[in-house]
Amino acid sequence: MGKVLVVTSGKGGVGKTTSTAALGAALARLGHNVVVVDFDVGLRNLDLVMGAERRVVFDLINVVQGVAKLTQALIRDKRLDTLYLLPASQTRDKDALTEEGIARVIIDLRSRFDWVICDSPAGIERGATLAMRYADEAIIVTNPEVSSVRDSDRIIGLLDSKTEKAERGERMAKHLLIARFDPGRAARGEMLNIQDVLEILSIPLLGVIPESEEVLRASNLGAPITICGQQSAPAHAYMDAARRLTGEDIEMLIPTEKVGFFTKIFGRRAA
Amino acid sequence: MRLFRFLKPISSAPVARERLQILLEYERRMVSQSSLITTLKDEILAVVSRHVSIDPERIHVSVDRGEGFSTLAVGVQIPNKVAAEGGMIQTGAAGQGPATPN
Repeated sequence: MGKVLVVTSGKGGVGKTTSTAALGAALARLGHNVVVVDFDVGLRNLDLVMGAERRVVFDLINVVQGVAKLTQALIRDKRLDTLYLLPASQTRDKDALTEEGIARVIIDLRSRFDWVICDSPAGIERGATLAMRYADEAIIVTNPEVSSVRDSDRIIGLLDSKTEKAERGERMAKHLLIARFDPGRAARGEMLNIQDVLEILSIPLLGVIPESEEVLRASNLGAPITICGQQSAPAHAYMDAARRLTGEDIEMLIPTEKVGFFTKIFGRRAA
Repeated sequence: MRLFRFLKPISSAPVARERLQILLEYERRMVSQSSLITTLKDEILAVVSRHVSIDPERIHVSVDRGEGFSTLAVGVQIPNKVAAEGGMIQTGAAGQGPATPN
């Protein structure tokens, strides 16, 4: 039986989709069978980040409604053959997703894959609550910035009350993934540091992804960064995070800024 | 001069941290309190409705948090003619509809 993860945040634009794709590809590279599921009905983007946008025929709603079989809607990644995508619908009404329908699909996916990673839409509405509804564990993506941290706190509250696991009285395991971290700005006190965010949200840290041009480059190319930019700092951070998810004990490396001698003396232009 | 930058208070992160801590402490309390109040209100309404026909809008429940103890205040408005009948009504009594559970 596979494990169901929800990647969620409350706030939009913090890196949920990028992280879903990167962690999915990282787990597949480690030899696991992985499916990434896009729950953002009407605004799907995981297909684009995965580079599979022209291969979408059927989607999650088709499967929920019984129009297509699950195997017809699953898209196998061209680079990693244990990585699959279940896309969201671009056009259909999000009310077409029912709790019962999603529950059936999740049970089916759980029996076929080691990891089912659900990419939640932003917000706290129906799409987001459905994406987390049947999860075993949650990854909360946060940027070190006030509005993102506040929204993450709300999402943690929802994970503890609106999920099936919470309703059964069980505790949902949560992992904090801090994305878009700029070590320089944190060191200068211009950005919340890791310790601040951890103390405020008080959930265990899964990884810290440094802000990097490589992330944009990867989404431009339509490949998860853990496939196309394997040597980059964010890819290393995602690989480490994926290993931690599998239970490996990996030392947490907080990104630091490499500061040159002249920069130290004369300062640097604000980014 | 950059060399004297340490003289100026430029770090905004501690401000962000403090604002978040204060805000989240308040919001967490509000969220848990509002769900408690909704539950209390629904159950009080159900109990009172068994004996008196009341408007669900006329029930006010609030919690005042004080140091050491908190106060739960419940206010239920009952129309006068019902009160004059001793607060008890029979189902189908004149002018009274059936109790409306929320």
